[in-house]
Amino acid sequence: MPLSRRTERRGGGTAIEDQIVRITSRLVAPFIQVYGIYVILHGHLSPGGSFSGGAIFGASLVLVALSFNLETGAKQISHQLASGLESGGAFGFILTGLIAIAIGGNFLANRAAGFPMGQAGELFSAGAILIITVFVGIKVASTIVTLFYTIIEGEE
Amino acid sequence: MNEVLNVLLLLFLIVCAIGVAYIRDLLSAVILFSSFGLIMAIIWQQLSAPDVAMVEAALGTGVAALLMIAAISKTKRAE
Repeated sequence: MPLSRRTERRGGGTAIEDQIVRITSRLVAPFIQVYGIYVILHGHLSPGGSFSGGAIFGASLVLVALSFNLETGAKQISHQLASGLESGGAFGFILTGLIAIAIGGNFLANRAAGFPMGQAGELFSAGAILIITVFVGIKVASTIVTLFYTIIEGEE
Repeated sequence: MNEVLNVLLLLFLIVCAIGVAYIRDLLSAVILFSSFGLIMAIIWQQLSAPDVAMVEAALGTGVAALLMIAAISKTKRAE
């Protein structure tokens, strides 16, 4: 009996069912997510940042949704929630820039607008950079999940 | 030592690239493309560009392969 077989999914497409792939992805996914969050939060200190960390985080969500089925993936993050988070990330980015104007500086001003700088080299330093990095990371991760859902659902 | 490693990586990169073009099974082509991205990430690291290496490992190896597997699961596996 072959280890992997193709079965009909309810939506009409086929899924590759494999016990090894499922157990491995379920074990590995939390570690990938923690690593993605680490890369996002240390964007101003070490290589990587919002784009790399968001891509790592989004890849873990897509991995679970692909190795199980769409219902399990939608339990983690649904298509509507991903689209909302995508818009919310862009909105938060612009909001951070506008807050800098409100405090008294240029658009996306950092030190000139009075964001707390902190000690260089610590996690909570560099003022608005950390906030912007978190928002862009959310946007990149949800964009990748939205891409996956758009491909897998197709036009119906 | 470092030069030997770099030459080995580049040789493996070329083999992977030619294999992607020649192989008939689409799922195997995706796996080969994914290993191409992994080798490319190590080469970026050797060129002292860890930022690009991280993006290549996440996007070129992970997300691109996952999206192509999703596309294969919607269509046929054989070419």
